[in-house]
Amino acid sequence: MATQGPFDTVAQPAESEWLVQPPPESRTRERRGLSESTVIGFAAVVIFFILWQGVGFVRTTWPDGVSLGPITFIAPSQLFLPAPLDVFKAFQAYVQDGRIWKDMAVSGQELMTGYLAAVVLGIVLGLLVGWYKRLRYALDPFITFLYATPRIVLLPLFIIWFGIGVESKIAVVFLGAIFAILINTAAGVRNLDANLIKVARSFGASDLQLFRTIALPGSVPFILTGLRLGIGHALTGVIVGELVAAQFGVGQMMAVAGATFQSAKVFAGLFIIAGTGMLMTFTLQKLEQRFEAWRPRPN
Amino acid sequence: MRATAVKLEARRVAIHYRRQRSGLNLIAVDGVDLRVDEGEFLSIVGPSGCGKTTFLNAVDGLIPIASGSLLLDGNEISSPGPDRAMVFQQPSLLPWRTVTRNVVYGLEMQHRAGRESRETAARLIDLVGLQGFADAWPSELSGGMQQRVNLARALATDPEVLLLDEPFAALDAQTRETMQQELLRIWGATRKTAIFITHDITEAVYLADRVIVFTARPGRIKLDVKIELPRPRDLRLKRDARFIDYERMIWETIREEVIRSESRGQAIA
Ligand SMILES: Nc1ncnc2c1ncn2[C@@H]1O[C@H](COP(=O)(O)OP(=O)(O)O)[C@@H](O)[C@H]1O
Ligand SMILES: [Mg+2]
Repeated sequence: MATQGPFDTVAQPAESEWLVQPPPESRTRERRGLSESTVIGFAAVVIFFILWQGVGFVRTTWPDGVSLGPITFIAPSQLFLPAPLDVFKAFQAYVQDGRIWKDMAVSGQELMTGYLAAVVLGIVLGLLVGWYKRLRYALDPFITFLYATPRIVLLPLFIIWFGIGVESKIAVVFLGAIFAILINTAAGVRNLDANLIKVARSFGASDLQLFRTIALPGSVPFILTGLRLGIGHALTGVIVGELVAAQFGVGQMMAVAGATFQSAKVFAGLFIIAGTGMLMTFTLQKLEQRFEAWRPRPN
Repeated sequence: MRATAVKLEARRVAIHYRRQRSGLNLIAVDGVDLRVDEGEFLSIVGPSGCGKTTFLNAVDGLIPIASGSLLLDGNEISSPGPDRAMVFQQPSLLPWRTVTRNVVYGLEMQHRAGRESRETAARLIDLVGLQGFADAWPSELSGGMQQRVNLARALATDPEVLLLDEPFAALDAQTRETMQQELLRIWGATRKTAIFITHDITEAVYLADRVIVFTARPGRIKLDVKIELPRPRDLRLKRDARFIDYERMIWETIREEVIRSESRGQAIA
């Protein structure tokens, strides 16, 4: 073999040579998927529940209160603030008597039907309104009026029109969610990079091509924001709708439980709603990560 | 001597913009007469706001002309076409497409994308010196690298006329010189007709067979010089006495123009 000077070979190192083993400590953490934020957040939640349960413990141990010198502390009654274990028991009872499935099915149907209809129509209308100036001029007064009005106030009308079944709730969920989606989508289209439109035109793109390759992908971040805001509006619509008038549903259960002073059951309903909202937001986040692989990742 | 065909011809071309407020028209370009030969590299310089971009957009077919005629191969230009491609001042890459998919974008829009377009893209990515970045996102590239993609995207459609609107203006001096050399290398290999807009006189002289100076708005042709310097050129040419003479002549013309427009502006104000 010919002898070579140190600079004779400039071969690129294979990709594997660029990969470096991270120091052992950080590796184990990564494998368990435990970031600092997860650990601290989880610990805070655990502490919160322990303290909350502590209130219940004080109540059962010292029903007449604890005296520290001249001051007497009395734990709030179970009616006022049930402890987490009470809530859990109420939840168990709710599961065992079987009502939960019917309620969740009804609320779920109202939420999903209304929300999905709002998503489809909100995106389509938003794209059109963003794209066609004249359509925007025509629809702007209505959108502004309805967006400025809390749509929940339409509930009495919807109950007259559609009755106290799922239909009135679907209508409220739909109207609650659609405007956030529509308005954000339209803003996405209107904020398109004019340079990109010029590029498309310069290469002879048709309107449809321009729409598909620039307008649609360009407004995805805005659409996703609208979808996220829409979830909150949709959940509010279902629950408030059921609180007002309904035969079944998680909100209706809470209304009855509240009227009959079953506060633990009200809390159980609250956790169901919160869980649903978190699940939907989480699903949307996964969707966002898929759509936005191209975004620069902040370090 | 080889007879050269006229590729592009502008006759008394005027371009107007409609002003939203006053309803009056702004004359951006007024009475441009110009012939560009096939395979010629033409640079256009002029004070900022004199209508260079406007003129180039009209050649690309993006905006209509108000009067005169603008002919490509003898046919009136009325819309963008696959025989022209623009390298924009901003890289203007689609951020949600990888480098490869940005390079084939023009082909897609012209319904010419096929199985071989991936190979075309790979070849062009090599040509502009971006080996290994085929699957990178634009956000992962520096400004200079993005401009290379912008160039590759225009070359991908294999246009007969390449239109370049200050493509290197936003780059640092070092990168700009590298890009100039790259462009000359690529142009030398393809010999496409090229119209290159810049406000950098050195760049104009270095690249072009011919430099045109536009007057301050409305844009007209003030000076038209053939750059008779040998090719292939390298950066040492920028210190050649003849090169510097060309630069000085063009610089004087532009200075005159700027002073004229400033005194006119003050008279109005
Ligand atoms: N879209 C437009 N609408 C109205 N006026 C414009 C528009 N684009 C450019 N102009 C005006 O036309 C003139 C020429 O602009 P431009 O061609 O961009 O100049 P340059 O590229 O030489 O700097 C400028 O005065 C500018 O203000
Ligand atoms: Mg310009």
